[in-house]
Amino acid sequence: MSTPSAMVEARGIHKSFGSLDVLKGVDLDVRAGEVTVVLGPSGSGKSTLLRTLNHLEKVDSGSVRVNGELVGYRRSGNKLYELRERDILKQRTKIGFVFQNFHLFPHLTVLENLVEAPVAALRRPKKDAVAGARALLDRVGLADKADAYPRTLSGGQQQRVAIARALALEPELLLFDEPTSALDPELVGEVLDVIKDLAHRGTTMIVVTHEIGFAREVADTVVFMDGGRIVEQGPPGQVLDHPRHERTKSFLSKVL
Amino acid sequence: MPLTTDPPAERTAPERAAPAPADDPPPLKVVPVRHPWRWAAVAVTAVLIAQFVHGLVTNPAWEWEVFAQFFTAETVLKAVWVTLQLTVYGTALGFVLGVVLAFMRLSASPFLRWVAFGYVWAFRSIPLIVQLLFWFNLAYLYKRLDFGIPFGPGFFHFDTMGLVGAMGAAVLGLALHQAAYAAEIVRGGVLAVDAGQLEAAAALGLPRLRQLRRIVLPQAMRSILPNATNEVISLFKGTSIVSVMAIGELFYQVQVIYGRNGRVVPLLMVATAWYVLLTTVLSVLQHYVERHFSKGATR
Ligand SMILES: Nc1ncnc2c1ncn2[C@@H]1O[C@H](COP(=O)(O)OP(=O)(O)O)[C@@H](O)[C@H]1O
Ligand SMILES: [Mg+2]
Repeated sequence: MSTPSAMVEARGIHKSFGSLDVLKGVDLDVRAGEVTVVLGPSGSGKSTLLRTLNHLEKVDSGSVRVNGELVGYRRSGNKLYELRERDILKQRTKIGFVFQNFHLFPHLTVLENLVEAPVAALRRPKKDAVAGARALLDRVGLADKADAYPRTLSGGQQQRVAIARALALEPELLLFDEPTSALDPELVGEVLDVIKDLAHRGTTMIVVTHEIGFAREVADTVVFMDGGRIVEQGPPGQVLDHPRHERTKSFLSKVL
Repeated sequence: MPLTTDPPAERTAPERAAPAPADDPPPLKVVPVRHPWRWAAVAVTAVLIAQFVHGLVTNPAWEWEVFAQFFTAETVLKAVWVTLQLTVYGTALGFVLGVVLAFMRLSASPFLRWVAFGYVWAFRSIPLIVQLLFWFNLAYLYKRLDFGIPFGPGFFHFDTMGLVGAMGAAVLGLALHQAAYAAEIVRGGVLAVDAGQLEAAAALGLPRLRQLRRIVLPQAMRSILPNATNEVISLFKGTSIVSVMAIGELFYQVQVIYGRNGRVVPLLMVATAWYVLLTTVLSVLQHYVERHFSKGATR
C-alpha cells in the first residue's frame, strides 16, 4: 500500500474538541528527505495536525503512518487499538518535535536538557550521550553554553538548544510548530539558519511557519491549510506565486 | 515580511543626546525623600523591645536558674528526641502518602480522583486531637488482643510494648492528618508547572515515571517547599498535642516536671526555647533546600 519513499502518510484525519471540528479529513504525504512547509491562518488546525503526527493529540478517525508504522495504534482486522503509553513513547523518540515556546527544562543545564532523552528513553550510556550532545551544541553554534541554564539564554539560543535536544534522539522525522513565532525579529534568522542547515543535510521535516521567504527557499512542498482542511499544496513556486484558490491568495496577500 | 510601523527606539535617542557635548552643566545631586514618621516608629518600637528584654532579665519570676537547670536535663533531652522522631516520621509518612493522593487527584480516573478527594475532605474535617485519641484507643485495644497484657498501672509508667504502641498510634495519626494537607500542597505545586513541560517530556519519549520525577516534581518543588516547610513546622509544634496520649514528648515531659516541682513558667520557657531553636534550624534548612531547587530560575 505504501510507496517506499513516503515517510509520512496521514489519511483522513478528523479531530474535534467538543463541538469544534478542528481537522475535517486531512491527507498528507511527506517523502523522505523532503521539507514540507505548512501555512495557514491562525486557528486553521496546523498545530493540531502536527500534534496528531506524533500522537500528542489523539485522532477521532483516520490514521498516521511514519515509515510504514502506524503511530499510536495497532491494527487488528478493521479496528485500530490504541497502543500502551510505553509503546507510544518509544515511537515518539523517532519523531522530533520543536515547540513555538521552546519548552526547555529550566531546572536543567543546556547539556542536561540534551542528555536527558537519549539516556532515559533510549538507554544510551551517559558518556556517549554527553559526547553526542556536545557535538550537537557545536553544530547549532552553542558549544560554549553547555553549562548555562536555559533562562540565561536569548530566545533564539533557547530555540537552537530545543532543536539540538530534538536531534539528540536522532529522529527520522522532525516537526516544527512555528519555531520562530515567539522570537524577537532580529533572532529569527539564526534559528532559520539552523533549520536550513538540517534541510541541506536531507532531514525530513514538516515546518509550520509564517516565514514565506523561508518556505520559498527551503520547502519542497508548501501546504496551505484553512478551516481544518488542506486547501492546496504543491511546490513553492506554484502555491506561493500562482495560488489557485481565493483563500490562499487572500492569505498570502496578508502575510507577504 | 510585515514590519512594525514603530521606528526603532535608538533612532530618536542619539538626536536628542547629540547637541552641546562641550559645556555640560555639573552633574545634579539626587536627594532621597525624608521619612520622619518612619524614624519615629523605629524609636517607639525600639523602646518597647528594650523594656521587654529588661523585664526578661531583671524580673526574678522568670527563674532563669531553673530554666538553665532543666534546659539540658537528660529527661528533657530525651523528650526533645521523641518530639523530633514524631516530626520526622509523621512528615515522611505524611508526605509519601500525600504525593500518592495528589497524583490520584490529578489522575484521569474519576474513581481515584474521588477517593483522594474523600480522603482529603475527611482528614481535614476531623480535629487532630480527636483522631489521635481514636488511634490511641485502637492501639490499646490491638495490644491487649495480641499479647493479653493489661495496660500498666498508670500513664506515667510505660513498658516497651506500651511505648511502641502509643508511638505508633501517634505517628500514624500525625501522618494521616499531614497527608491530607500534603496532598493539596503537592497538587498545587504540580499544577503550577507549565503544561508545556510535560508535553515536551512526552514528545521526547521520556518514560512516565521519569517525566514526573525528573521534570515535573523538581519544578513543582519550588512552590511546594515554602508551604511544606510551614507544614513541617506546624507538625513539629503540633506534636505537643500528642501529650494527651501520655507520650513522653517535650511538652508532656515539661508538664510532668512542673507538676512535680511547681516551677511552671521557667519550664514552659524550656519547652518554648527548644521549639524556637529547632524551628530556627528548620528555617535555615529550608533556605538551603530552596536554593537547591531554584537552580536555573531567574527569580
Ligand atoms: N486542546 C484544545 N482544546 C480545545 N480547543 C482546542 C485545543 N487545541 C486547539 N483548539 C482549537 O482548535 C483550533 C485550531 O487550533 P490550532 O491547531 O492550534 O490552530 P493553528 O495552529 O493553525 O493556529 C483553534 O480554534 C483552537 O482554539
Ligand atoms: Mg498553532
